[in-house]
Amino acid sequence: MADTATLIGRPSIGQPTRRVDGPLKVSGGARYAGEYFADDLLHGYVVSGSIAKGRILSIDTSAAMAIPGVVEVFTHENRPRTAWFDSKYQDQVAPPGSPFRPLYGDGILYSGQPIALVVAESFEAARDAAALVKATYAPEEHITDLDAVKGQSYVPPKKRSGIAPPPEPRGDAEAAFAKAPVKVHETYRVAVEHHNPMEPFATTVVRDAGGKLTIYDKTQGSQNAQAYVTGVFGLNQSDVTVVNAFVGGAFGIGLRPQHQLFLAVMAAQALERSVRVVLTRDQMFTLSYRPETIQTLSLGSAPGGKLDAIMHHAVAGTSHFEDYQEVVVNWAGLLYGCDNVKLSYELAKIDTYTPSDMRAPGATLGVFALESAMDELAYAAGVDPLQLRLTNYADFDQNEDKKFTSKALISCYEQGAERFGWSKRSAEPRSMRDGHELVGWGMATGVWEAKINKTAARASLTETGHLEVSSATSDIGTGTYTVMALTGADAFGLPIEHVTARLGDSSLPTAPVEGGSWAAASTSSAVVDACDKLKQALFKQAQSMPDSPFGNVDFDGVAFRDGRMMLAADEGSSVKLGEIVRSARQHRMEAEGSAAPDSATQKEYVSYTHSAIFVEVKVDEELGVVRVTRIVNAVAAGKILNPKAARSQILGGVVMAMGAALEEETFADHNLGRFMNHNFAEYHVPVNADVQDIDVIFVEEPDDKTSPIGAKGIGEIGIVGTTAAIANAVYHATGKRIRDLPITIDKILA
Amino acid sequence: MSSQDAQSLSPAAVPIRLTINGTERRLQVEPWTTLLDLLREQEGLTGSKKGCDHGQCGACTVLIDGKRANSCLVLAVVKDGAEITTIEGLGQPGNLHPMQEAFIEHDAFQCGYCTPGQICSAVALVQEGRAHTREEIREYMSGNICRCGAYTNIVDAIEDVLGQSSTLREAAE
Repeated sequence: MADTATLIGRPSIGQPTRRVDGPLKVSGGARYAGEYFADDLLHGYVVSGSIAKGRILSIDTSAAMAIPGVVEVFTHENRPRTAWFDSKYQDQVAPPGSPFRPLYGDGILYSGQPIALVVAESFEAARDAAALVKATYAPEEHITDLDAVKGQSYVPPKKRSGIAPPPEPRGDAEAAFAKAPVKVHETYRVAVEHHNPMEPFATTVVRDAGGKLTIYDKTQGSQNAQAYVTGVFGLNQSDVTVVNAFVGGAFGIGLRPQHQLFLAVMAAQALERSVRVVLTRDQMFTLSYRPETIQTLSLGSAPGGKLDAIMHHAVAGTSHFEDYQEVVVNWAGLLYGCDNVKLSYELAKIDTYTPSDMRAPGATLGVFALESAMDELAYAAGVDPLQLRLTNYADFDQNEDKKFTSKALISCYEQGAERFGWSKRSAEPRSMRDGHELVGWGMATGVWEAKINKTAARASLTETGHLEVSSATSDIGTGTYTVMALTGADAFGLPIEHVTARLGDSSLPTAPVEGGSWAAASTSSAVVDACDKLKQALFKQAQSMPDSPFGNVDFDGVAFRDGRMMLAADEGSSVKLGEIVRSARQHRMEAEGSAAPDSATQKEYVSYTHSAIFVEVKVDEELGVVRVTRIVNAVAAGKILNPKAARSQILGGVVMAMGAALEEETFADHNLGRFMNHNFAEYHVPVNADVQDIDVIFVEEPDDKTSPIGAKGIGEIGIVGTTAAIANAVYHATGKRIRDLPITIDKILA
Repeated sequence: MSSQDAQSLSPAAVPIRLTINGTERRLQVEPWTTLLDLLREQEGLTGSKKGCDHGQCGACTVLIDGKRANSCLVLAVVKDGAEITTIEGLGQPGNLHPMQEAFIEHDAFQCGYCTPGQICSAVALVQEGRAHTREEIREYMSGNICRCGAYTNIVDAIEDVLGQSSTLREAAE
């Protein structure tokens, strides 16, 4: 037993570790935003508008107000006063423009726009009354069809913060393409997709007797939501706490504050009561989405496939009020070596809500096009698709003329191909069969940026020797709690059971929104720094204790293990950490630390995660049904902090890619200017029966430059390239090159 | 923990008796209240989740008289006398059900929102005795959507528990 206990107590970064929040999540104890209560809680139900553009002429709330239990119906006519300036509504990740303001005026900017909030004593009364709110409109002509406006595309005049515009052209791509002996020139599209986290958007505002607000919000950033609320409603930061301890999925849709947050706070302030607003699943389709993007890819190569020209042009839809931007085309200048490259990215305005980041924003689209075109080039040049990637392998980033901090993509190709059995592939399309089904093997490369963002953390040790590590970051299912606890346990040599991780609370040390795959590397690096500082403070205190064994050593001469500080040279000379805290006459000792990108490194290096994806599909040609029977995704992402949760992140990305490749498609009725299939029966996401065998490989990739802890982040890389690998496998199986996702039955049968 | 006390209910409310997680409850419910809303809002049992309110996602799955059901599609009044088991009743930290343990061990969830429904569904699936292969598990678990994409781990967890229960059955025989 003693041995087991010692084993459990081992420092454990890099060991597969169960989620520390697991017991709460499997027993119903984890509370999400819409699951908090207050004695006087009111329920808000949103009324969605029914036209895409125009003005509200009248809005009749009398029937709704007559329903027993209804307290108030808020519309643009009786909305309490809120901020005037756009800047107050602009959150940390807002694109340039004028953010949408709920109930601000009579103008309608998109279909499904909230036009009223019914507030009642019960959820059922609010829902019932909401159906009785009657609006009349003066509709105006709308355009929601990107094809109708793509000719009026423009280069966004103001760049979105954090989003790199396409680099300047290098060489002469047009001339090189014109004379290239092997060419591919095609157009690629991906349907509009909605994030659809399982938890509907919800906000519970609990208002205390003194008017202070505790806001339980579904968000990827508690401090982003807090800043929005204080700005819009003119409140003091000390009067508003935002909590997002558990978030039921987000995938990017929780980065920006959504309208239920505004409406719940507005109602709570106006009525001086606690209020909860939960959106319905169909209202989730009135929030943001992955933008429809039309991409043209031109590749020119020498006979053996060596690239000599790359041109990638994209036109993406955005709203009339904001210029949403993401990195779609830059990947084509990064992933492969090529001296003649021209990349361009433009926007066109349609009458919808502003699109948003959705898992690996931009890359999911751009790398699909690039990696589909590379497969087409492999066939045009008559070389193996994997060999084509190796022929064009990039050792440095030609976009920025910088080195990679690390790039183990070759290992991904090698180990992925070996595990999959790629060498047994017969190149000819339609050449492999299993019974009546066609078998296809396809591959692709994935890439996503790796970076850390400025993040602070606190480490706190109690007199009983229990460690708490905390930061205002989020865990949207990504495993942040566990990575933080692991990091703290590792730093102090404590069993993970003696460490508590706290996050999801705006009052904790400053952290950015959880997105961009940066949370694990940033937060754990900040936790390491906080723990280092706390250890030094403990050492100083221990030196001052009577009969201290540490009087004659410096900090490097001590070690921390199993709840004790000891002489590195003589482990028998040790003091319990709790005793050190008590000797300071404190209940706890604490220290704050932080992590931030290193600007000197950034001048010389770029950092990316990479992957190689190998896919087997089986296609029943008579029915047009595609089944993905096998996927190997080999990932290079620096140090893997918790392989158990990291593997799950890749699995999740792969499954979402299967949805994008084969199922997910939000249909618009352009006459009504509205998304039509706004429920899970008609918007298909993968279910259990769709997902068979997924094999995740993490290749060795030492990296001492991306983050202090050596990690790169794995939240997004799993989806990137996987859609292309599936489409390429479908081509290999059927001989049909389908360039617009999803690859649905009708396209196979066409 | 209840947010809606008896006074705020309309005169249409009717008395029903439910056994919820082994405890008999005498409740006043309005005829339009779903079992899911009753559990979450009146009983404070928020472990059962609302993902779609249309019976399309399975997040609200509970056991009604031992059988799995989408509680968002069930009006509470029609289940007078029934025995309801929610995720809270299956097991709590320190005393988890083997399926809950298996979900943790196999990392069969990420955000956790669909998890209570998945686990209730999986427990019923094992009791139904219909699933013997991974393919059958996948098929019979396809009423529970997991947007985080933990499906292969969910199948691993269920296969693990199925293995344990068949070992137990063999031992008993």
